[in-house]
Amino acid sequence: MRRIALSAVAAALALPAAASNEAELKALREEVAQMKQTYESRIESLERRLVAAETSKEKSQSPQDGGARTTAAASGFNPEVSLILQGQYRRMKEVPERSITGYWPAGGHGHGGDERGFTLDNSELVVSANVNPHFRGLLNVALKDGEAAVEEAYFQTLGLGRGFTLKGGRFLSGIGYINEQHPHAWDFADAPLMSKALFGEHYAQDGLQLKWVAPTDLFLAFGAEIGRGAGFPGTDRNKNSAGASALFAHVGGDVGRSHAWRAGLSWLTTRAREREAHFEDTDAAGPNEVEGLFTGRSRTVVADFVWKWAPDGNPKQRNLKLQTELFRRTENGDLACGSDVATSPCLGGVDLGRLRSAQTGGYAQAVWQFMPRWRVGYRYDWLNAGSKRYDPAVVFAALDPANAYFARYRPQRHSIMADWSQDEFSRLRLQFARDKSMQGVTDNQVTLQYIMSLGAHGAHKF
Amino acid sequence: MRRLLILAFSLLALPVQAALEVFATGPEWAALAKEIGGERVNAWPATHGLQDVHRIEARPSLIARARRADLVIATGAELEVGWLPVVLRESGNAAIQPGKAGYFEAAAHVRMLDAPKALDRIHGDVHAAGNPHFVTDARVYLKIGEALASRLAALDAAHAAAYQAGYRAFAERWRVALSRWEAEARPLRGVPVVVQHDAFVYLEDWLGLRRVATLEPKPGVEPGAAYLQEVLARLAAQPARMVLRPAYQHDASSRWIAERAKLPIVTLPLTVGGTAEAKDLYRLFDDTIARLLAALKN
Repeated sequence: MRRIALSAVAAALALPAAASNEAELKALREEVAQMKQTYESRIESLERRLVAAETSKEKSQSPQDGGARTTAAASGFNPEVSLILQGQYRRMKEVPERSITGYWPAGGHGHGGDERGFTLDNSELVVSANVNPHFRGLLNVALKDGEAAVEEAYFQTLGLGRGFTLKGGRFLSGIGYINEQHPHAWDFADAPLMSKALFGEHYAQDGLQLKWVAPTDLFLAFGAEIGRGAGFPGTDRNKNSAGASALFAHVGGDVGRSHAWRAGLSWLTTRAREREAHFEDTDAAGPNEVEGLFTGRSRTVVADFVWKWAPDGNPKQRNLKLQTELFRRTENGDLACGSDVATSPCLGGVDLGRLRSAQTGGYAQAVWQFMPRWRVGYRYDWLNAGSKRYDPAVVFAALDPANAYFARYRPQRHSIMADWSQDEFSRLRLQFARDKSMQGVTDNQVTLQYIMSLGAHGAHKF
Repeated sequence: MRRLLILAFSLLALPVQAALEVFATGPEWAALAKEIGGERVNAWPATHGLQDVHRIEARPSLIARARRADLVIATGAELEVGWLPVVLRESGNAAIQPGKAGYFEAAAHVRMLDAPKALDRIHGDVHAAGNPHFVTDARVYLKIGEALASRLAALDAAHAAAYQAGYRAFAERWRVALSRWEAEARPLRGVPVVVQHDAFVYLEDWLGLRRVATLEPKPGVEPGAAYLQEVLARLAAQPARMVLRPAYQHDASSRWIAERAKLPIVTLPLTVGGTAEAKDLYRLFDDTIARLLAALKN
């Protein structure tokens, strides 16, 4: 533009200049030089104004623009707070020490589940907010009489980019499918038998999780975790290196407009030192309750699969959710027992040799919303006795062979439920279960449950 | 070996030159991005015209798409609050997080109506910023389009002029269409209507329709029989001409009232693809007005 204008001026001036004398030529040259200078300075100032206009326009259309209409009070920075109230009425058999036959009892905390009659479940208080443009923080506290358990307390990166997200603190491990869900998001009033047998209910890490989503049309995500490893099946070993590590991979996508699915494979490895469980000994003077102690490695593999159907992608009227998870756990270590009773064969701690076990099981469930607000569901839980290898001569010299842990039994449970949700903030549920997780006990359970969400309720994952 | 390396590098370099990947929460935003950016944007609608954008699940496929997006265009005003935050966080894509240039919210460029005076869920599923269904007013696309063009230009500075030119061409055609629609819709001025869901507040404001009843007692709450009876009684005293319902919603309550009050039901597309006729942004409003006028004639 500038060049064209200048050469046009020069050309126009050049024509008459050819015919004139030297003095005129000099004057003309000076005049052209002057014009050039003024044009240049004018063009420069125009350019400056253009740049200024562009930057001010950019500023006025920055993403913060929308925020201008909200009030600028300090309370505007309040984090999202939500509170979930839960309670149950439960009718079931009185069993003094509930456990799953053939499985090492998970000492991990459960959300009640053993109390009968009217009970108040944990009230979940969730506070979350963006810390700054780089981090988000979340706290989930489960409140119950005289105790406030920190379920989750983590930070998560927002700006790592390239598909990476780093989480640090205490968080529910990404292994499997249901493990990351809090009880209020479950489709049944209690956790699957599998979750109870594997982790007590949940596996939470105190550590770090790195997740990567692949840049593909098909959803592909990989994650790795390292943590303290204090939770069952591990124990707190108070050491400098990581006590547990996990790997998981998820794949998922849509099939047409109405179907979506996700499948995953996860692997958890941890160690236990003197992990305790109650056993009866072989004391001739009468059986005593003694401590069985396991020290060794525990590995768990979980496969999960979820399929959701919603006509035309609208779950509001009708939808179906199929969900299943399978596991295999192998443990390899040493068994010992200990007691303070003078006549006990376990007195002072006795080594019972090697213990190796491999156990499998899973659950499958279907939840169907057949009309707005109403859902029904069925769940089948099963656990296999699997294999346990130990030296019976040594072990049964100290421990009663009738202990549930040594039984070859296949725990099972059938559950059906119906729930009613006025909207996404409230849910009432009735559940019947036929629980045969303990050998010799068939427990028909009835549960009536409410779940109420107050405040900002964050979106749920798939 | 060297040839392989060159091939690998050129493959790596490809995405830099490729079109802008746009993740649009609704088909209307994908269409608008296409109008402005043309071939320079690759716009993907995360939902279709028969989906309730408020009730979407954070499906794995959405996370995979968000992972590769350069720009997310959302309606905002909490319409996508039930799924978009999870999708954005899970995607691990830093560029599209709220507050970044890769996150565009249309609501920031609209004069919102019906902002609640009290934020209490006793009033149902209320949105703090106001009614989020502003896309039923065709006029809003001009301001949103202008802001979107600037955002596209900022993200893809090399083609900034092309986006601005794309917007100017769109705005010119849109203004012509607007005056045509407004002329066609003149008979609708003051016409009393019943709405199934408060999804047409902006359409009413634009075309001058007069809402006499809403079939949902509170936003997002399905009516019971008693409430519908009450509405029916009210309609006897204050008659309406038609019942408006969004195409994505179940029509049970509309049918109930229409049968008893002898009113035609007008199923309106809220976005592109909401009806078979609403194939693009222009035909969306052609169809909306045609359907309203057809109901008026009966």
